[in-house]
Amino acid sequence: MVKRTKKRAGWHFLANPARFMRFSRVIFPWVAGLSVLTIVAGLVLGLGVVPPDYQQGDAYRIMFVHVPSAWMGLFIYGVMAVSSAVGFIWRHPLADLVAKSSAPIGACFTFICLFTGSLWGEPMWGTWWVWDARLTSMLVLLFLYLGYIALHAAYQDPTKGARAAGILALVGVINLPIVKYSVNWWNTLHQPATISKIDAPSIDPTMAAPLMLMIVGFMAYYATVLIIRLRAEIASRRIRNLRLAQVGA
Amino acid sequence: MATDGTPANTFEAQHLVCVRGERPVFGGVDFRVVSGQALLLKGPNGSGKSSLMRILAGLLSPAGGALTWAGEPVFDALGEHRQRLHYVGHLDGIKPAATVAEHVAFWAHLRGADQPESDALAKVGLEGLADVPGRFLSAGQRRRVSLARLVATPAPLWLLDEPTVTLDIEATARLEALIAAHRAAGGIVVVATHTDIKMEDATLLDMAGHRAGVVAVDEMTGSVRDAKTSGDEAWDQW
Amino acid sequence: MSIFLTIVRRDIGLAVRGGIGSLVAVVFFIIAVALFPLGVGPELNLLTRIAPGVLWVCALLATMLSLDSLFREDYEDGNLEQIALGVLPLEAVVLAKALAHWITTGLPLILCAPVLAVMLNMSTNGFAVLMLSLLIGTPILSLIGTVGAALTVSLRRGGVLIALLVLPLSVPVLIFGVGAVEGAIFGLGARSPLMILAAGLVAALVLAPVASAAALKMALE
Repeated sequence: MVKRTKKRAGWHFLANPARFMRFSRVIFPWVAGLSVLTIVAGLVLGLGVVPPDYQQGDAYRIMFVHVPSAWMGLFIYGVMAVSSAVGFIWRHPLADLVAKSSAPIGACFTFICLFTGSLWGEPMWGTWWVWDARLTSMLVLLFLYLGYIALHAAYQDPTKGARAAGILALVGVINLPIVKYSVNWWNTLHQPATISKIDAPSIDPTMAAPLMLMIVGFMAYYATVLIIRLRAEIASRRIRNLRLAQVGA
Repeated sequence: MATDGTPANTFEAQHLVCVRGERPVFGGVDFRVVSGQALLLKGPNGSGKSSLMRILAGLLSPAGGALTWAGEPVFDALGEHRQRLHYVGHLDGIKPAATVAEHVAFWAHLRGADQPESDALAKVGLEGLADVPGRFLSAGQRRRVSLARLVATPAPLWLLDEPTVTLDIEATARLEALIAAHRAAGGIVVVATHTDIKMEDATLLDMAGHRAGVVAVDEMTGSVRDAKTSGDEAWDQW
Repeated sequence: MSIFLTIVRRDIGLAVRGGIGSLVAVVFFIIAVALFPLGVGPELNLLTRIAPGVLWVCALLATMLSLDSLFREDYEDGNLEQIALGVLPLEAVVLAKALAHWITTGLPLILCAPVLAVMLNMSTNGFAVLMLSLLIGTPILSLIGTVGAALTVSLRRGGVLIALLVLPLSVPVLIFGVGAVEGAIFGLGARSPLMILAAGLVAALVLAPVASAAALKMALE
């Protein structure tokens, strides 16, 4: 008992679910509003205002969704790994919930990244899928997400599921840079530099503004959805514990 | 009490709380046994006898409370604790392809011993079966192989979870004699059972008295603390 | 150390006594490789081209096949808790079991690989590196596999999950393994991918037992 109390003393103030519920209620409209505003502004700028690319025409505009999605896919996996570590070392329950709730969001961003990348591939290379280094890395990332979600769901006991999936997330995050490096190496080995990268040829200053807006918007969107999911998770745990109290456990 | 003048060991639990799958199993379990004594765990199914045994073996961490051996917290030096105990659980650990002698030798090796005691099989009534592979053993024989661990290498603390299940009357009597000899030599025995087993002057711990009401469940996380030792204000606001 | 070897010897002994069951991985390897000519056609140039990749992918899948039993039998019959209560730290137990797994599955795969390489008409100057890359790479697969096996040992239907957890983690091993063989065949040099594989083996030796032991402790609660 003494040991556990000592550990709890260092927790961040949001570790307390009551405080988190209050805090999230206050912050929710702001992040939700921010995400709507920035995404709308980013799309208007990116799809309407910025001039077309001299090589790719309008096709490159998919970058304004593709690049931030790739970013979010990687970022959210990082968040999961950090919060899994926090949950694993300090048995911090909210950290476990953050990791669990983030996984489907990250998987969706990764999928959007792959989907838009495939759409972009058609006008660029005339094919819906190219084993480009970045797309391949993102595909492996999607597999890592699916493994995490499946492992978490396979455990009946959510605390055990969180610990098991947490171990997997940490192993995955160590592995991810190695995957990235190996896929890049593989790509240069098999595809000498005849195919240009799937980036816009050069980031024109006019393109930077919508791109930044989209990244901020996606971040805010992630925060928004995460808050909704966390609140739902907390509520469902509460229901479960009340049920357990009912059966006299 | 130890008869040979060695210092007495003390195995003590204070306010142990157990949670499994976010479900509080028991709380407020206290006991104290010293060398030569036995603790008998009773209680209905689901009252946490096996969970308590796993905590005592150091396999499962309690959600609260303290467990000490000779005054030293067990969970601060798990390696030492494991060295001093034998745990016989529900699973017999019998491999179909390995012989009885191989099983006992392997378990002795795991504890760092070169050889199991030569009379270990005789003590559990398996002397003729040393070379028989596990697949030919009956349920009672499997259990006796598992119990041979107790006498194959010495350990002061025996944790026996339902040891008499599948044992016949004669084998049960043998086990009772082994327990008595172990206690006479200054050992400590903890037995969980819902059948009768003869142990003189055993301390009785009824798990039925340690269920709901003793623990406070945190509604958000399902984490549990002993109501007697609450006071973590951050968690009381919820 | 002697306890470590006891566990290795016992696991190998049990696998050998398991009879034909312990050869499932090798037989799978052979059959899976034999399916490729049936699938893509027997044209020798094509087989020559894809041989290193086919051999490596099939070796990877064959290793997955035997992972589920790595801890499961000991977990279900109660030996794992006895092993955990023994003197040897669980991390070392994981290493011992990974070694036994590699000796009973990885090593036979390596011995079969040249024969299958001949059947796929692989270029002969890749043979030595194929064996060497498998020699360094398959222990990594066994080690990564312990993590998947440990995370799913307490799940009744864990076997299906293992592949989903372990295959994405094995991607770099596959890439550098095949890369080394192709490097040798096309004269690009196999040295750097082999060195990277060796570094990966060292990293896996250090990290995989820690992760697996943590997962096993949880399973034994």
